[in-house]
Amino acid sequence: MGSKKKIPFNGTADQEAALRRVVAELKNEKGALMPILQKAQDIYGYLPYEVQKIISDEMNIPVEKIYGVVTFYSQFSLYPKGKYKISVCLGTACYVKGSGSVFDKLVEKLGIEGGECTADGKFSLEACRCVGACGLAPVMTINDDVYGRLTPDQIDGILAKYN
Amino acid sequence: MYRSHVLVCGGTGCTSSGSQKIQEKLKEELAKNGLTEEVAIVQTGCHGLCALGPIMIVYPDATFYSMVKEEDVPEIVSEHLLKGRVVERLVYKEETAGEGIKSLNDTTFYKKQHRIALRNCGVINPENIDEYIGTRGYEALGKVLTSMSQDDVIKCILDSGLRGRGGAGFPTGRKWQLAKDLVQDGGQKYVCCNADEGDPGAFMDRSVLEGDPHAVLEAMAIAGYAIGASQGYIYVRAEYPIAVERLNIAIKQAREYGLLGKNIFGTDFCFDIELRLGAGAFVCGEETALMTSIEGNRGEPRPRPPFPAVKGLFERPTILNNVETYANIAQIILNGPEWFASMGTEKSKGTKVFALGGKIKNTGLVEIPMGTTLREIIEDIGGGIPNGKKFKAAQTGGPSGGCIPAEHLDIPIDYDNLIAIGSMMGSGGLIVMDEDNCMVDIAKFFLEFTVDESCGKCTPCRIGTKRLYEMLDKITKGQATLEDLDKMEQLCYYIKENALCGLGQTAPNPVLSTLRYFRNEYIAHVVDKKCPAGVCKSLLSYVIDREKCIGCGACARQCPANAIVKTDYIGEGKKLPAMEIQKDKCLKCGACMDKCKFGAISKK
Repeated sequence: MGSKKKIPFNGTADQEAALRRVVAELKNEKGALMPILQKAQDIYGYLPYEVQKIISDEMNIPVEKIYGVVTFYSQFSLYPKGKYKISVCLGTACYVKGSGSVFDKLVEKLGIEGGECTADGKFSLEACRCVGACGLAPVMTINDDVYGRLTPDQIDGILAKYN
Repeated sequence: MYRSHVLVCGGTGCTSSGSQKIQEKLKEELAKNGLTEEVAIVQTGCHGLCALGPIMIVYPDATFYSMVKEEDVPEIVSEHLLKGRVVERLVYKEETAGEGIKSLNDTTFYKKQHRIALRNCGVINPENIDEYIGTRGYEALGKVLTSMSQDDVIKCILDSGLRGRGGAGFPTGRKWQLAKDLVQDGGQKYVCCNADEGDPGAFMDRSVLEGDPHAVLEAMAIAGYAIGASQGYIYVRAEYPIAVERLNIAIKQAREYGLLGKNIFGTDFCFDIELRLGAGAFVCGEETALMTSIEGNRGEPRPRPPFPAVKGLFERPTILNNVETYANIAQIILNGPEWFASMGTEKSKGTKVFALGGKIKNTGLVEIPMGTTLREIIEDIGGGIPNGKKFKAAQTGGPSGGCIPAEHLDIPIDYDNLIAIGSMMGSGGLIVMDEDNCMVDIAKFFLEFTVDESCGKCTPCRIGTKRLYEMLDKITKGQATLEDLDKMEQLCYYIKENALCGLGQTAPNPVLSTLRYFRNEYIAHVVDKKCPAGVCKSLLSYVIDREKCIGCGACARQCPANAIVKTDYIGEGKKLPAMEIQKDKCLKCGACMDKCKFGAISKK
């Protein structure tokens, strides 16, 4: 699995306190697990076993059920993401306009596959399904920045901005 | 009073092209010229012409500026807003008409449209409830609560002929009637909104949520009254941050105005709405899976019956409608069912929003009356195919739909006609493909998507789609036989008949429709081992025409695999020996072809 090695969990006491507050606030609502997981991922950046265990204890839900939910949805991640999260749209409109070759170029440049993170923790790469900016196809996002009408030869210049 | 209003699009498309910076700059320039009291800036939702973003429209004359850059703003302010002279060079120009088109409504892109669901998108500020109320917003809810019975509301929606805009086309009024009548135990019922717009290439729901969120809230409250529900949920994709933010603002404002919450319009009716965010699972657009997800589980579908009208969310009667469906409701109540039913075809009434994308000049959102032909949408509104290429197919319905060939371009679009030609309405994605797109590759692309998004609960979908994908992969690599094509077709029908939910049942459609209309392309891959569109890499080879090659060696220096070498051959009138590609080393990346200035390299 490439660079998806076990990265030691180093959550802080503040993060844990924030998580417990979120759980306490939401846990009596119907169907609260999803919103709690979303907030937990906002706090930690990902959802490792240790975080799932806290939620399990607080909500009295077996950790295997939580694991089942976490692994079902593509937005939940068991691994930390890079400082800059690159996601290339491989939705239909982008695909027919050549986003596949943009993605391949990033794989080549960064030396990682989709779903992985570079060894220095700087960039992570993923393919996403349609960000809804089809008029600008092909599109990729780096954190909150959107790049549209892309061609593979623009990639070097764009990555350089994040160095 | 302002003498002029400047509308700046704040939809996802234009925000991505930098409209936020333009707004800031505009504010700054207006202040500099002392116009802050005279000219108002309004951030609107999507205008639909995303490819021309960022878009700015100056009222009262509706001057339409497209692809505005930050550095253009001072000129617009000092020329247009201060001196009243339109900045001609920034006005949107259509290729056919030589002159700039000054007003938005005169463009061919807008002329043929009829906007009901999108009526407020790009017109009002979606973050201000007063602007919505100013366009007769919440009037329909008032009318329903004060002068109509539950049955009156349902009858009105039934008579309008409105069918679900999420794709399947179930009559909306019928859905509401079932949810009202089947269970009458006085317990909780739910109204849900499906805003988990998952079809890649479709973004009309996002546009409505971003541009006119109150229209959805109002319609959900009307639905709540009709079926006897007091709680609503909107399940929205987390990939749409602007839509989520505007919905949150809209819900807050509606509560402050007493349009959501207890005793709305002074009646006994109470209704509130909560947002639930998706987490990136396509199957959650399926109604039972969506409800399972709101309950906090893996978003797996459930067998039907029981239908959600009897046992839906939290095991209680529930209706689920799509965003675009809701966007029509208030208009139907206000203008009457006959008005709505007067548009469209016999069995499909009203309008439909399509997201035009792919190989087309005007990408964007269009709303047209049902019964408009594909040709009108693609050629007239969409402006045709760029770069003089030839139309090959239009794909509707996303991963559940099919590819429509040129011979069917004149069929009037409605739910039933699209199914008859092997595609479906779907949520309204319309991707245009030209001669450079390989239909086998497109089918493979969609199957890759469904394999990825299959939830794994039922075998026909979990394993069947994977096997289908493998067969397509074999074809694109030139390793398949004609027998494989027959087997593949059989497997398609097996999956359609046996899968649990809509995702699996429609997953083979892209394969079946391309087999039906583009069988020749499949045969070319299987028998001739060729990809006619030049897409499938395994079947391509790059060759250098030695008569055109001047032997400069630029290609060889570019080649990442060192696959290009000198030959002994020197062409007539050339000084250096021609180059040659060694097939066994070539990676087929195409870098050499891009580099060659003499057009000597081609792919076959």
